[in-house]
Amino acid sequence: MWENLSGYLNYWLAAVLLLIGLYGMLGRPNLVKKLMAMNILQVAAILFFIALAEKTGATAPIEVKGLHDVSAYVNPLPHALMLTAIVVGVSTTGVALALLIRIHRHFGTLEEPEILERMRL
Amino acid sequence: MTAHLPVLIVVLPLAAAVIVPLISLASAKAAFAVACLTLAAAAVASCKALSHVLAHGALRYELGGWAPPWGIEYVVDPLSGGVAALIALIAVCVVVYAGPQVNGGSSARGGMFHGLFLLLVTGLLGIVLTGDMFNLYVFLEISSLAAYALLASGGIRGTVATFRYLIVGTIAATFYLLGTGYLYALTGTLNMADMAVRLTAVMDTRAYGVAVVLIVIGLAIKAALFPLHGWLPDAYTYAPAPVTGFIAAVMAKVSAYALFRVLYFVTPAEGASAQALMLLGWVSVIAVLAGSILAMAQQDIRRMLAYSSVGQMGYIVLGFALGTPAALIGSLLHLFGHAVMKGCLFLAVGGIRWRTGIYRISDYAGMGRRMPLTMAAFVVAALAMIGLPPTLGFFSKWYLLSGAVEAGAWLFVIALVLSSLLGIVYFFRVFEFAYLKAPEAGQPTPPRQELPLHMLAPILVLTAAVLVFGLLNQQVVGGIIRHALPGALAP
Amino acid sequence: MSHYPLLAVLVSLLAAGAILLSDRRPNVREAWTFVAAAVKFLLVVSMLPTVLAGGVIEATYAELLPGWSLHLRADLFGLIFALLAAGLWILTSIYSVGYMRAGHYTHQTGYFASFAVCLSATMGIAFAGNLITFFLFYEMLTLATYPLVVHDRTEEAVAAGRKYLAYTLGAGQLLLLAIVAIAVLAPGAAFQPGGFLMGKAPLGVLGLVFVLGLIGVGAKAAIMPLHSWLPAAMVAPTPVSALLHAVAVVKAGTFGCLRLVHYVFGVDLLRAMGADTVLAVAAALTILLASVRALGEQNLKRRLAYSTVSQLSYIVLGAALGSTAAVAGAMFHIVAHGFMKITLFFCAGAIYVKTHKLEIPDLAGLGRQMPITFGAFTLGALGLAGTPLFVGFISKWNLGMGALQSGQAVFLAVFVASGILNFAYFFPIVYTAFFGRPGQAMRFDEVGAALWAPLAATAVVSLILGIYPNAGLQFYHLAWSAAESVMAGAGQALAGGGTP
Repeated sequence: MWENLSGYLNYWLAAVLLLIGLYGMLGRPNLVKKLMAMNILQVAAILFFIALAEKTGATAPIEVKGLHDVSAYVNPLPHALMLTAIVVGVSTTGVALALLIRIHRHFGTLEEPEILERMRL
Repeated sequence: MTAHLPVLIVVLPLAAAVIVPLISLASAKAAFAVACLTLAAAAVASCKALSHVLAHGALRYELGGWAPPWGIEYVVDPLSGGVAALIALIAVCVVVYAGPQVNGGSSARGGMFHGLFLLLVTGLLGIVLTGDMFNLYVFLEISSLAAYALLASGGIRGTVATFRYLIVGTIAATFYLLGTGYLYALTGTLNMADMAVRLTAVMDTRAYGVAVVLIVIGLAIKAALFPLHGWLPDAYTYAPAPVTGFIAAVMAKVSAYALFRVLYFVTPAEGASAQALMLLGWVSVIAVLAGSILAMAQQDIRRMLAYSSVGQMGYIVLGFALGTPAALIGSLLHLFGHAVMKGCLFLAVGGIRWRTGIYRISDYAGMGRRMPLTMAAFVVAALAMIGLPPTLGFFSKWYLLSGAVEAGAWLFVIALVLSSLLGIVYFFRVFEFAYLKAPEAGQPTPPRQELPLHMLAPILVLTAAVLVFGLLNQQVVGGIIRHALPGALAP
Repeated sequence: MSHYPLLAVLVSLLAAGAILLSDRRPNVREAWTFVAAAVKFLLVVSMLPTVLAGGVIEATYAELLPGWSLHLRADLFGLIFALLAAGLWILTSIYSVGYMRAGHYTHQTGYFASFAVCLSATMGIAFAGNLITFFLFYEMLTLATYPLVVHDRTEEAVAAGRKYLAYTLGAGQLLLLAIVAIAVLAPGAAFQPGGFLMGKAPLGVLGLVFVLGLIGVGAKAAIMPLHSWLPAAMVAPTPVSALLHAVAVVKAGTFGCLRLVHYVFGVDLLRAMGADTVLAVAAALTILLASVRALGEQNLKRRLAYSTVSQLSYIVLGAALGSTAAVAGAMFHIVAHGFMKITLFFCAGAIYVKTHKLEIPDLAGLGRQMPITFGAFTLGALGLAGTPLFVGFISKWNLGMGALQSGQAVFLAVFVASGILNFAYFFPIVYTAFFGRPGQAMRFDEVGAALWAPLAATAVVSLILGIYPNAGLQFYHLAWSAAESVMAGAGQALAGGGTP
């Protein structure tokens, strides 16, 4: 059990973040908190990929002079993928913020129940 | 030239998406013309690629000269080529419908609308053509982001609905991303073809099962499969007409395509994916019925159509789940057919709302006389949705039914028949109002207010397609769809 | 020549388009109807010699499903139905113009266009060479009839339209299911005298398919308990009730029933499944119950509707009895009932247009004021009751003989009982009309020629056909030849020791 936990600590952390993110997105009534939770969710995914790339004792995938052994570097591909994922995450956040600004201008609030209440009127 | 077609189809609209908003600063008409021409070019390119592929086999393109499995590759096979051609052709119809000023009620300025629309088309075409799991995620997000911006341009209700869609859509995309991560960890590759080979060795691991579950849930949310459909009705209802017309026609369908691609071309046939498909089958039976029942309960015609889409996505996934050749043909034909029919319905309904402000079914009284051609198109497309011959909808239902009968899946058969009957109920309710109810007594009869030609023409083209492709469905099935079936089932 | 069936279908479809386009010019619009009706009739009649000589006129077009094309063929049985519908369309068109104008109806363009589409669909059903073609036109007929049923736009009409759709489209889905199953069992099979399903699947499966298909066609044929849309649909203008609810739509149901029984399943298979008895009993019950129900109706059109329900089951019963005479009688009854019932409906319409009365007690004394109308009504009623010298007698005689041939004399008793009931519900009408004392001193004249000429014509034809059943279009001959062709192989499979 302990071995399972310590050996996969990175993944457990990602899983915990994932659950926090999901809870926040689905369970919190405030739209900004939903958005923050969304960022946590994305971080969880990013962390998961980075953890995949990790090797014990390896260094960052930037060439060190004289070090040609592949196993000395962590896998660079997930890092590259996550760069893209971060860009996607930032764009999503940007679009979401733009939406939130418009919602706030119209309703003066970002509490979901209140907004739904006012939309029904 | 032909060798570059796969990437050209995606890059053309992408480049135009950047240029068009800039041109629109100078001239809205020029921007519109560029958008139209680009999409027409993309449509021609995808049709050409498709015909090449049907004659000579799949077309593969290594992006940036990096050979797969390291580089990203774009693949046009009969399946992806067919869906790409469908997307591009519908996009041409919709962009013409929108026109330079975006009739149909977008608050975004014309140039921005066309730019975002092109970006959306880029994303969808990318999802279809890419042969790389992670690249698919990127295009999924590109299309989603463009869609959020477009959907939000329909007023404040649209904005709130879009935010909720954004939250749910991001969860879906993240699930897909995590699933892809698991698959990558198992196989060390992201290339679909390569992954398909390597997955057979690891298909008994628990990680593989988790990957399949994550990907299926992610894509099922995007495809609005009941009970993960919650985002769809609001998002469809409040968006501008051309946006809903396009998104309702192809967006969920592209996610269904991705589901098909992963479950039939990437993952091994047995094991977790088979179980996932079985589960999807049961879910889709519920989807078919629940979507139709919820559609019956709606007063807003756009919501009615949206819930009907939820049911129709069930049809498509149901065919995937059955997995017999006839059922898969039915699914793919319905993917094609439903795109045309639902696009036509939403464009017609959106046009009616734009012209008269009417969107409640009970206000449709006299619509048959006010907008006779638009309503006639609505009727034809609705009859196709119900599945009456000789429309396209009848034939896709035929294949699904015969697939279900062959497989002895009687519950599916009952669900399909019931869903048609429910479709009769909710569509004939609209017909009754539009044709049989006179407008309120005492009020003057409203004049004829047919849509302008550029809005009417795309609707009529789609209507004609519903009938023509119905009669010619054997050409589509025999010429394209049979070749698009996964290896073991293709002729 | 091989494209004549398609042309016969297309001519009225094109006419429908032309009618819609001449919305604002009623005379041009009506001209289209007459031109199309005449051309259609000539096309159908010109196929008669070839078919009588034992030929089949057929052609296939676009492939709709693997192995199943759009297949149109004029065979003996199909031609009976096509001739009847095409011939009566001419008369109905004359009558329609008179009726709709006299009644000051609105939406006449839609009315005539829908009518033309209905006739196309009817031709398609008659000439369908396989099940998918049949189904295509069958659903088209359902849809094209809907605007006619709801034509008045009243709440009653809309409710009737809903009921009509619920029954016919609902049953259509079951028919579709049966057709899908048949497509799986025998891919690409065309209609074949004597059927093609024998031995394709276990009897239980075939039985289920048969029941589904029978419900599918039985709803249009108004077999009880699937009949209640028909009386409700009487809210439509009377020419619609006349041609569609006495000839085209309901006959499409019985036609489909005969096709299903004798050209898909075959009488041997039917007997092996035991379905013939079930079908015969259902039909016999419908005959009797509907007649009794007709007795209780005071509205003339509704009484006629129940009479139709009863008479249609003569045809179904004939199909189920499965002897040559019974099948010939059933096929001939499609014609016989068509001429007699359309006469009665024409009369009802004429009375309604003139007097706005349809309750039977209100008809008192009208017979003396409208002698042609009520004379024709009397002829039609006598025919339906099966009086000798009338066309109804010919079909009933054959049906009765058929019942004896297949050794089920009990059904002969059903025919006799039904004849008595027919007298019982028609005689009071005739009596009231001629000898009843009018309640108010109201004078009505005979209706105009556009109304009385068609109804007199059909009444006279039903008299002529009763004396010379082969007169003119050789209906009797066609029916016997068709019956012989479907019964040709019957009994051999079982007699030869072959097991299904």
